[in-house]
Order: sequence, then structure tokens, then C-alpha cells
Amino acid sequence: MDGYYAFMLVATAFVLMMTVPALALFYGGMSRSKSVLNMMMMSFVAAAIVGILYVAVGWSMGFGGDGTLFANPFELLWLDGVTTDSYIFVMFQMTFAIITTALISGAVADRMKFSAWVVFVPIWALVVYFPLAHMVFSCTDDSLICGRIGAQDYAGGTAVHINAGVAGLVLAVLLGKRLGFGKEPMRPHNLTLTMLGAGMLWLGWYGFNVGSIVFTGETDEANVAQFMSETGRTFANTTLATFAAILAWLLVERLLHGKATSLGAASGIVAGLVAITPAAGAVDIGGAVAIGAVAGALCAWAVGWKFKLGYDDSLDVVGVHLVGGLVGTVLIGFFSTAEGAGGVDGLFYGGGAGSLVDQVLGALVAIAYSGVLTAVIALAIKFTIGLRIPEESEVEGIDLDQHGESAYDLHTSLSSGGKTGLLAPSTKTEGANA
Amino acid sequence: MKLVTAVIKPHKWEDVREALETFGVTGMTVSEVSGYGRQKGHTEVYRGAEYDVALVPKIRLEIVVEDADADDVVGIVVKTAQTGRIGDGKVWVTPVDTVVRVRTGDRDAAAV
Repeated sequence: MDGYYAFMLVATAFVLMMTVPALALFYGGMSRSKSVLNMMMMSFVAAAIVGILYVAVGWSMGFGGDGTLFANPFELLWLDGVTTDSYIFVMFQMTFAIITTALISGAVADRMKFSAWVVFVPIWALVVYFPLAHMVFSCTDDSLICGRIGAQDYAGGTAVHINAGVAGLVLAVLLGKRLGFGKEPMRPHNLTLTMLGAGMLWLGWYGFNVGSIVFTGETDEANVAQFMSETGRTFANTTLATFAAILAWLLVERLLHGKATSLGAASGIVAGLVAITPAAGAVDIGGAVAIGAVAGALCAWAVGWKFKLGYDDSLDVVGVHLVGGLVGTVLIGFFSTAEGAGGVDGLFYGGGAGSLVDQVLGALVAIAYSGVLTAVIALAIKFTIGLRIPEESEVEGIDLDQHGESAYDLHTSLSSGGKTGLLAPSTKTEGANA
Repeated sequence: MKLVTAVIKPHKWEDVREALETFGVTGMTVSEVSGYGRQKGHTEVYRGAEYDVALVPKIRLEIVVEDADADDVVGIVVKTAQTGRIGDGKVWVTPVDTVVRVRTGDRDAAAV
């Protein structure tokens, strides 16, 4: 039991690292140099807001008891009645709420008012994420997706990735395209940050997937053996699916566009991790490689949809998280094995279509729930405080407009204000302290 | 006096400098510039989205020489910077009225 507690401490810290700083770096590098700080700030502030809200009512709504959509938010208000030795499980689930919310920010790059984001984040977590987490992770008999439908989701294909992907799509559509979308180049400004962020996400994902094991805490031989086999399986599946997705993404790129790119490799990492997340406990190594490969190839193709369909999902939350999440969630119906955590054989393993139907139903509920409620929240914000910054501010850069900062100072010789500077220093110290 | 201006591929810059020094050119001004010629820029692909990058990085050399040396200097630059592939650059010659060395006030041939 002590070992399990230590394991969860590490897993939880890893998952928190996925948002701050891994996702911030991954997204920040892909945005333009005039918006990188805003991109990172959306992750940082999402962590702060959702974290506090989670201990207030999130844990209670998700894991506080029975309920089809959510449990009683007031039963464990501010963790009242939760013993401190259970706090690490609260914290672990809190990091899931944080990263799911932060993931959405990739769809709104460069143009969403920071105040609108700060209002959107807690309402969305409260109305959309906490209930979906209950439906999927709490898994009481009454909970809709896990209990009633019986869909498997090991670490968050529906609650995290499909959910964030749909929310990103809805926000991108309601916000409108960035100025110049499809006409002006909007190249990633620093792919080294993106590669670094992707690598850190990968590391953090071991906490995400492997830490999602449900362990009874009993240290008899059978339980310990079950713990070791399940953590080993999820670790191996997470790794192998990611390898396959990198190769698949690069292959599709090479065939479609002539070159295998670094952004493709970084994106392949995330696509593979997203897809194996729901399936990490359900499939064997062969299934993991297949799921990773399908996700890598399909996501590489899906990121082009935004140009064809005309919505500006800036950093491909839909193409990577919604599509990747669907790939993993649905393919469980084909590749799951009875030896896995769910104990169900999929279509390819001699089981019937039952698991496949459950998986598709679970995904559809997540899409509908997240889509409708995200739209209601976003429209309410749009018609009250407004979602989007003015055109002039967008051209000048959201960093300067919303935060009064710029990420890089590349003109020090002209603006340093020293002896040789051409521009006057902005502040002068005079008088006694000069 | 002539001003020879050359825009060349960056990887040819060291060869050109060496050849010009061997010939006896004593100084030049070098800058990193970007631009495009007939071939336009190039295309980069990010997650399947193609971006035309109109401006290609180049090196610009500016060399002031005496009239008699101008043709030789142009010849050296062309010969050394040539790869035969698209985007090798351009060289042009413009007349210069006066050259003054700031340190001494020397003029024209003495200032080069």
C-alpha cells in the first residue's frame, strides 16, 4: 500500500506537468510569436481555476456518490469528509480536469479575450467536465457512460479527448476564423518548443495512463500480481502505440506532402497517446500498435479538414484530440481482449459486436453532451462580455493587447535605452535614488 | 570608381570572399538579406498546410573598386558563386562619384 501511495504521488505530479509546462510549450511553439504568451497563459490560468474549483465541488460531483449525470456537488464540498490520506486521489483526478480544459485552448489561439477564457473555464469545468468525469470514471451502476452503457474508457478517451475536441470545435466555430486564416502564413514560431513540449507530454502521459489503475490497496499476492500486470500492460501499450503513431504520421506526410516533418513527429506522439488512452488497459501489444498506427495516419489526414470545411481550429484540437479520441474509443470494440482490465473480447478477438456498440454509444453521448452544453456556455459569453478581441488588437498581437507583454525582445541594440540606444528609455530614475 | 553589388547564396559566401581576397580586394561590406528572383520562394508544409515563403535568405556583398578592376571582380564573383542551379543570385555594377576614407580624409583611389 505504501508503494502504491508513492506511485500515485509521482503519477499525479507527472500529469500536472502535462499542462504546466508541457502543453503550454507544445501549443506555445505552434502559435505565432505575437501570441505565444497568451497561449501559455491559457494553460496556466486553467490550472489555477480548475484546480480550486475541483476541490470545491468537482470531486464531489465526479466521485461523491451515485447519479446518472453527476453526483451531489455539496456532499463533499471543499473535501469535507475526505480524509487527507485520500487527497492524492483527489489531486490525481484534479490534474485530469485541468488538462482537459487546457487542451481546448488550442482551438482559440490568437483571438479569444483572456477575460472570456477566464469566465469560460470554470463554467465549462462545472457544467461539462465534472459530469462527464462522473459518467465515465466514477462508474457507479447508475453513471451513464460507464455504468449504464458499459463503455470502456481506461484513462479518458471520452471524458478527456473527445470532450475537449468537441468543445474546441464548438468554440472555434463560434469565435470565427483568425484574421487572414487560409491566406496569410501562420507558421509555428518555434518548433523546438513544440518538440520539447511533446516529449514532456509523453513522459507525463505515463502518469496519466499507468496511474489510472484502480487498485484495491490489498497487498495479498493476487492483488499485487494484478497491479503489476495491469501497470506493465498500460505502460507497454502507451509506449508502443506512440511509436506506431509517429511512424504512421510521418509516412502519411511523406506520401501526401513529400517530407517527413518535425511537427509531424511531435503531432504523431500526441495522436498516439490520445488514442491509446481509453484503450491502454483493454488491449494487448498488437492492438496497441494497430491503434497507434491508425490514429497517427488518420489524425495526419484529419488536420487538413479545417481548411476544407472552413473552421479555424488553430492548433488542431479537433484533428488530434477528437479524431484520436474517437479512434481509440471505437477501436476498443475491435481490439479489446478479455485478459484486459475490462474483461471483454472485441470483434477481432472472438467477442461479438456488443463491445463495439457500447463504445460507439459512449462516444456519441460524450459528443452530444459536450457539444450542446459548450455551445450554450460559449453563446452566453459571446452575447454578454464577448468572446473575441478587436481586429486591431489581433493584428498587433494578443500578447501585447491582453497581457501587456511580448515574449521576445530581438531588438536590444535599438531599444535597450542605454548609451547607444536610439530610443529613449521608457522610465528614468531621478532625484535621491538616481 | 565602381560599386560592385552581388547577391549570392549564403553557402557560397566563404568561397567568394577567399577568391576576392586572393585577387587583392581589400574590403567589402557584407549583409544578410532576403528576397526573391524569378524562381520565387519555396514552400513549407506544417501539418499538411502549405505556406509559400516568398523571401529566401541571401548574402549581399558591396565592394568599391577602381574602374579597371570592376570586370575582374564581377567575373570572380560569378565564377565562384555559380552552382548552375536556380537562385544563384545577381551581380551588378554602378558608378561611384567619390569615395572618402573617414579616418584620414583620403579620396578616391587612395581611399579604396
